[in-house]
Amino acid sequence: MQSERKIRVLIAKPGLDSHDRGAKIIARALRDAGMEVIYTGLKQTPEQIVETALQEDVDVIGLSILSGAHKTLFPRIIQLLKEKDLTDVLVIAGGIIPEEDVAEMKELGIKEMFGPGTPTDKIVQFVFENVPKRT
Amino acid sequence: MSDKGKINEIAKELERWEKTTLPKWMGQRPERKSEFRNHSDTLIKRVYTPEDTKELDYMRDLGFPGEYPFTRGVHATMHRGRLWTMRQFSGYGTAEQTNQRFKYLLKEGETGLSIAFDYPTIRGYDSDNPLSKGEVGICGVAVASLKDMEVLFDGIPIDKVTTSMTINGPAAMLLAMYIALGDKQGVPRENLGGTTQNDMLKEFFAQKLIIFPPKPSLKLVTDIIEYCTRHVPRWNPISISGYHIREAGANAVQELAFTLYDGITYLESCLERGMKVDEFAPRLSFFFAAHNDLFEEIAKFRAARRIWAKIMKGRFHAKNLRSMWMRMHVQTAGFTLTAQQPLNNITRVTIQAVSAVLAGTQSLHTNSFDEALALPSEEAVRIALRTQQIIAHESGVANTIDPLAGSYYVENLTNEMEERAMEYFKKLDDMGGAIAAIERGFFQKEIADSAYKYQREVDGKKRILVGVNDYTTEEKYPIKVLRVDPKVEEEHVARLQKLKRERDNRKVNEVLEKLHYNTEKDENLMPTIIDAVKAYATIGEICGVLRKVYGEYKELIVI
Repeated sequence: MQSERKIRVLIAKPGLDSHDRGAKIIARALRDAGMEVIYTGLKQTPEQIVETALQEDVDVIGLSILSGAHKTLFPRIIQLLKEKDLTDVLVIAGGIIPEEDVAEMKELGIKEMFGPGTPTDKIVQFVFENVPKRT
Repeated sequence: MSDKGKINEIAKELERWEKTTLPKWMGQRPERKSEFRNHSDTLIKRVYTPEDTKELDYMRDLGFPGEYPFTRGVHATMHRGRLWTMRQFSGYGTAEQTNQRFKYLLKEGETGLSIAFDYPTIRGYDSDNPLSKGEVGICGVAVASLKDMEVLFDGIPIDKVTTSMTINGPAAMLLAMYIALGDKQGVPRENLGGTTQNDMLKEFFAQKLIIFPPKPSLKLVTDIIEYCTRHVPRWNPISISGYHIREAGANAVQELAFTLYDGITYLESCLERGMKVDEFAPRLSFFFAAHNDLFEEIAKFRAARRIWAKIMKGRFHAKNLRSMWMRMHVQTAGFTLTAQQPLNNITRVTIQAVSAVLAGTQSLHTNSFDEALALPSEEAVRIALRTQQIIAHESGVANTIDPLAGSYYVENLTNEMEERAMEYFKKLDDMGGAIAAIERGFFQKEIADSAYKYQREVDGKKRILVGVNDYTTEEKYPIKVLRVDPKVEEEHVARLQKLKRERDNRKVNEVLEKLHYNTEKDENLMPTIIDAVKAYATIGEICGVLRKVYGEYKELIVI
């Protein structure tokens, strides 16, 4: 009998900012919830993030950014995911993203944005409920 | 009756109170929690009495302001003589925009400047590097060359203000630009006043904005301290920083212990370089966070001053009293700002700022209430500055020195802070020092564990954050987001490329070759870097030379 495959999550820090407190806490919370978590470390280019997602065969990508460069970096990541045919990966994001940018980011294909103060349980639950089913 | 007799009597009385008066009240009004703890996980007693400070020896442990061990303050008049420097960290967009913001802050009564640089500058990349895309001028001002520095300080005579630069990896390059700017404005180097953060050790486990590996990073830090000691004597070459350690998740004890231990490491590095302790130690400065727990923070600041004085005297045999001074800058803790009901942050910032003032800080930055949402607006920055002015002029807290001395609670907490910091020092000494601890991920793990614990407490409502996990509302505060025009990046790139075309490129190549040579020879690099910035070599070019020789740091990932 094959054991059930664990949900695989990539937590990624795009861009040059180094605020990784949130990213690490989310990585740990998802791991404690039974998921397989890969954390990229800081200063990742969109190319590196998408390459890691591909190599690691992840179900979920969590992007964390606090530098204000999301409007440049998120669209590029989404575009690269499309090019690599990774469109069924669940992409979520967190950090400091002004309210007025949220709709635009969601339209791009980022499923949900979690701002400061979000309970970690809420993110864990969101991942369980929205992770694409493997066939 | 002897003091000891009195204390025994009080202890007996306490026991009686606990058996008679207290139970009646506990029956009618039980306590809100089964136990009370601060951020450093100290179990807080119901009430503190002289018994809790019975080991305290006034002259040995507290003394007078301006005298060893400086628990009560480094100056004899403290804020009665001069108020702390109100220094607001700011910078965004182009050098022109930040120059305008500086002039505005100076007009509003600010007394010192503090530059926030953008991420490309902090990481040693030019604006036209592909890695800089989308980040130019966003989280700070873009300074790629001396040209930008000239614009940044246009109309601001730098012999009239002091300037703090939050810069670490490329600290030598930015300091070199400031020195070069001084040369242009006709300000002698001995009259330049200010601070470069230049604290690389904490970068490896807290702020994590790193270019080079630990050893060459420490070498560059030491170069700056040595150069300033000889040539820029009024400059604080380093600001040994706990702020980022705290923001990354450490508790107050860890912030205190790790920061001071970094300080010890820099001292050792300077002594190895052949400098004498009393030559450079008086210019070392410190930077801490002020978090929400008022008394815990006050105890931390007081303990920090006392420990540092003892280290300088005991471990490093300093003779000059100034070497034993811990001069500090404090910033209210950005992490505590909430995105929910942001106006409440004004109250948080006030409490935090009061702790720093009560504990005798030399300089203070108060955060703006909207910073969990975006870059601070002008209104929010003004309120943050006004908060300091209200504390200074209306609250009366600055009218006497170290008013909480002698408080059974505060003195007990201060002692505990010191004891727990010393335990960390011992552990770190045994591990082989700060760099060894970084390489094995010790600090990183300690901080990540504390950060996770804090978050679990918030998630489980063991720790109440108003507006976040309790007293919540659905209302959204209509925040006006200050946005940096994307044109800033285009304009900056264009300006930089124009500079690269028009400057004397033969001279630039020559000086960069000389830099390469001197880097390999392991010389103090400050003089060569000053020559390079004067030739308008850019930050990316100068860091590029050093990257070739030193290599780049690869992050040790510790979750």
